[in-house]
Formats: sequence, structure tokens, C-alpha cells
Amino acid sequence: MALATRTDRRPSLPRTVWDSTVGKKTVMAVSGLIMLLYLVAHMIGNLKIFFGPGDFNHYAHWLRTLGEPVMRWEWTLWVVRVGLVAAVVAHAVSAYQLSRRDIKARPSKYVHKKPRASYATRTMRWGGIILGLFIVWHILDLTTGTVHPGEYEHLHPYQNVIDTFSTWYGNVIYITAVVALGFHVRHGFWSAAQTLGVGNASRDRFLKTCANGLALLLTAGFVSVPVGVMTGVVS
Amino acid sequence: MKLTLRVWRQKNADAEGAMSTYEVDNISCDMSFLEMLDTLNEELIVKGEEPVAFDHDCREGICGACSLVINGDAHGPERTTTCQLHMRSFKDGDTIDIEPWRAAAFPVIKDLVVDRSAFDRIIQSGGYISAPTGSAPEAHATAVPKPDADFAFEHAECIGCGACVAACPNGSAMLFTSAKVNHLNVLPQGAPERETRVLDMVAQMDTEGFGGCTLTGECATACPKGIPLPSIAAMNKEWLRATRKVNR
Ligand code: HEM
Ligand code: SF4
Ligand code: FES
Repeated sequence: MALATRTDRRPSLPRTVWDSTVGKKTVMAVSGLIMLLYLVAHMIGNLKIFFGPGDFNHYAHWLRTLGEPVMRWEWTLWVVRVGLVAAVVAHAVSAYQLSRRDIKARPSKYVHKKPRASYATRTMRWGGIILGLFIVWHILDLTTGTVHPGEYEHLHPYQNVIDTFSTWYGNVIYITAVVALGFHVRHGFWSAAQTLGVGNASRDRFLKTCANGLALLLTAGFVSVPVGVMTGVVS
Repeated sequence: MKLTLRVWRQKNADAEGAMSTYEVDNISCDMSFLEMLDTLNEELIVKGEEPVAFDHDCREGICGACSLVINGDAHGPERTTTCQLHMRSFKDGDTIDIEPWRAAAFPVIKDLVVDRSAFDRIIQSGGYISAPTGSAPEAHATAVPKPDADFAFEHAECIGCGACVAACPNGSAMLFTSAKVNHLNVLPQGAPERETRVLDMVAQMDTEGFGGCTLTGECATACPKGIPLPSIAAMNKEWLRATRKVNR
């Protein structure tokens, strides 16, 4: 018996990925992992603040000379910035589209309410929104200086960081966002592993431990800076 | 046992529904949940009222026809199908809430009956193998490694009941679809359509209006056949592999 041969053409790879819920989730996983990688580096870099203004400001200067002599002043930094903005946009747009679809797929609630484990889902959406708003504020505060409390001095991030964390709202916004980040990474890292098909039953414990460890490390590292300023260790 | 039932009543797909309260008495703890509903319906018929419509067929936990969200749990408090749930899981005097599966892709037809034909269309889009049928082939003609056979069998256990969709806060059909994809994709018999199967079934799942997966895990907790959550990761892996293979 001869079977009919399929002759219809399939859509291109980007179309297939973007049109599918599984594909869009892959976009979220990859962009999320890119941001996560950046945050680990960023967190480690921030810890240089404990070595004093010389070290920290020199580090900020060095970031701008990265890749020289192939690259010129700030070129590498701009490449990283463009990549990060692309990651944030891809992540947020996919999250928005998928969330809208998810809410539409379950229009009527059950009358009988029971405590649900959708805790992760809810914190991911709210946590993501908090992080998005934070990133805008954070860049306006410490990168452009637009909403910076006090005198913003370009290339003197040490004093800028101290200014920010000398205000009560600076600490509140910052610590809220970093805690949200911890929760986000906790479910996000493990989720990304499932989405990319790396997860399986025997690796589950390991992946969950990694996610918790990473979340804890990032939160502790980032929070240590405002705590350092508040306690006078950094001044 | 004497029980108070709050049941979702809805005349037809377009009508507004609401919870109605009924009392049932003389329920034996050895009755199944569906037999308890039969008792209610007999009383309603005697009283000249419309009996409660609910789905059922085999009543032995293998067909996937029965449904019901009982006190907020798909298939009720035990990890089994509603037909295999017994009244000993409840206490005398209990109030029990009984609702239909809730998902945009599973519209209510009447009372507790929902239209699950979206699942059939997902199966039609790729849940088959293109082998000529006829007499059963010699069992040892195609060797299947034992771990693969076990993996396939674990997923073949899915009875297509839809509890996973009903339990999911996103109304997602990922657990069902992953069970069907994994079952055939791991076997040599399923190899010719390995890529098209997963791409087409996921595409059909999306077309039907099911939500996406946020890995909440409610599906695997509700599944009466114990299809595990990592099945979804296994299907994602197949899907990513297929996009690379097909798009060349
Ligand atoms: C202790 C914690 C943190 C400190 C002290 C800190 C400090 C800074 C500083 C000083 C800059 C400007 C760098 C420069 O232009 O010289 C910056 C940029 C940035 N930070 Fe943070 N940050 C922290 C945590 C975070 C967190 C948790 C996130 C993410 C959610 C984040 C995201 C960003 C982004 C997106 C930029 C912009 C990068 C760019 O301008 O290229 N930061 N941060
Ligand atoms: S995966 Fe489980 S809950 Fe979902 S349809 Fe199959 S048997 Fe039912
Ligand atoms: S009636 Fe067949 S599984 Fe319940």
C-alpha cells in the first residue's frame, strides 16, 4: 500500500517558534537565561563596592574599555546593552502574549475554591512586572542619573550607589525588586530546564537545588550592597 | 450516609448555569461516586425533574469518559477516576460540590457534560502510526529496548479524560499531548512520523485554544493514570528536535 506523500511546506523556523506556545516558552527560557547570566556577572561586579571607591570606580571604567583594542571606548558595553534590551523585550512580549492566552483558556472559575499551587504562576507574573518597573527605575537612577537622588556623577558609581541607598525609598524599591528576583529565578531556572527539555525525573532534584541555590546567591549578593550602605560598611 | 450535593446545572451550551442543591439519603459507602449520582437521578425522575447529565461509560477506570470536579478536585479526592471513586472517601453529613471540567476548549454541553472533541482532533493530527493494519504482526519482529517499552507504556496509560486540563489554571493540554506524543515517538513503529507528529499535535493543541504550560504541576497531581510532569519536558525536547529537523 502506498501512502500519500506530504507535499505541503512547513512555515519557517522563526514562524514555527513564534506561533507555538512551546516555541514562545523557548524564547522566554533562552532570554531569561541570558539575563540570568548577566545578573550573575553584575552581582559579582557589584561586590567590588566592598573594596572601596578606588576599586569600584576603576571597575566601572574597565567595563568601558572591554575588548580593546579591537573595540573602542564603550563599544562592548553597548553590545551588551543592546543584547540585554533585546532579551528583556523578547521575554516581556512572550510573557504578555502567553499570559493573555492562558487567562482566555480558563474563562470560568470553579465555584468550589481550594488553595492552589498556582503560587508560582502568580508570583512569576507579578514578580516579572515588578522587575520590569525596577529595571526602568534602576537605569534612570544609576545609568542615566535622571531620577538620581543628589548629584549624579558619571563614572563615579561608588558615590552614586551610596546616594541611592541613603534614601529610604531607594532601599525599599531595591530590596523589594531583588527579593522578587529571587522568587522569579527560583521558578524560572527550573522552568527553563523543562522548556528546553533538559529536565527529567532523575534530574529533577538536582535542578531544583540549582534553582534554589542560584536564587539565594543572587538575592544575598545583591542585597548585601544596600545593607552595606545602611550599616555604614560602605560609606 | 446522608449527603448534601451542590451540582452545576446548565440546560444547554448557551444557557446560563448555576449550582443547585440536592439532598440524598441512604448512600452506602460501597457505592461508587457515579452510583451515588444514579441514586440522585432516580429520585429526580420519580419527582418528575430533569436528571443530572454526566459522562460515563466503562465504569472501571479505563475509558476516560467520566469526569467531574468534586470539591475543587478533578475526579475527586483520590487519585483515580470518578467511576472508581467510592463513597467511603466521604463522611455522613458532608456537602459535596460537583462541577464540570472548566476550560475554554471544553465547552459545557449540558450540566456536567463537556465537549472534549478537541482531544480527538489533537489525536487526529498526529496520534497515529502509518502502518498498514491487518492481522497482528509477529510480536518479536520489531525489537524494542525494555526501557523504551516501559516509557511508551507509561504514557500509553493516558485515557484522555481531560482531568489535566480541568486542573490546570491555564486550561493547558500539555500533559495529555505529551503523553500521546511520548507514547509513539519513543517506539520504532512511531519513528516515520516522529517529527511531524509532535509539531502537528502541538499546533492543533494551540489551535483548539488550550493555554500554555507554566509548569504549575496541577495536571500531574490530578491525573488518574499518574502521567508524570517530566513528560512535558520530554515532549518539549521532541518539539525542539523536530523544528530543527524539519526546517532544513
Ligand atoms: C546590589 C545590587 C545592584 C547594584 C549596586 C547595581 C548597580 C548598578 C549600576 C551602578 C549600574 C550602572 C553601571 C554603569 O553604567 O556604570 C547598573 C546597571 C544596570 N543594572 Fe544594576 N545594580 C544592582 C542590581 C541589579 C538587578 C537586581 C538588576 C536586574 C533586575 C539590575 C539590572 C541592571 C540593568 C539592566 C542595568 C543597565 C545596564 C546598562 O546600563 O548597560 N541591577 N546597576
Ligand atoms: S494525562 Fe492523565 S489527566 Fe490528562 S487526559 Fe491523560 S489520563 Fe487524563
Ligand atoms: S467511566 Fe470509564 S474511566 Fe470512568
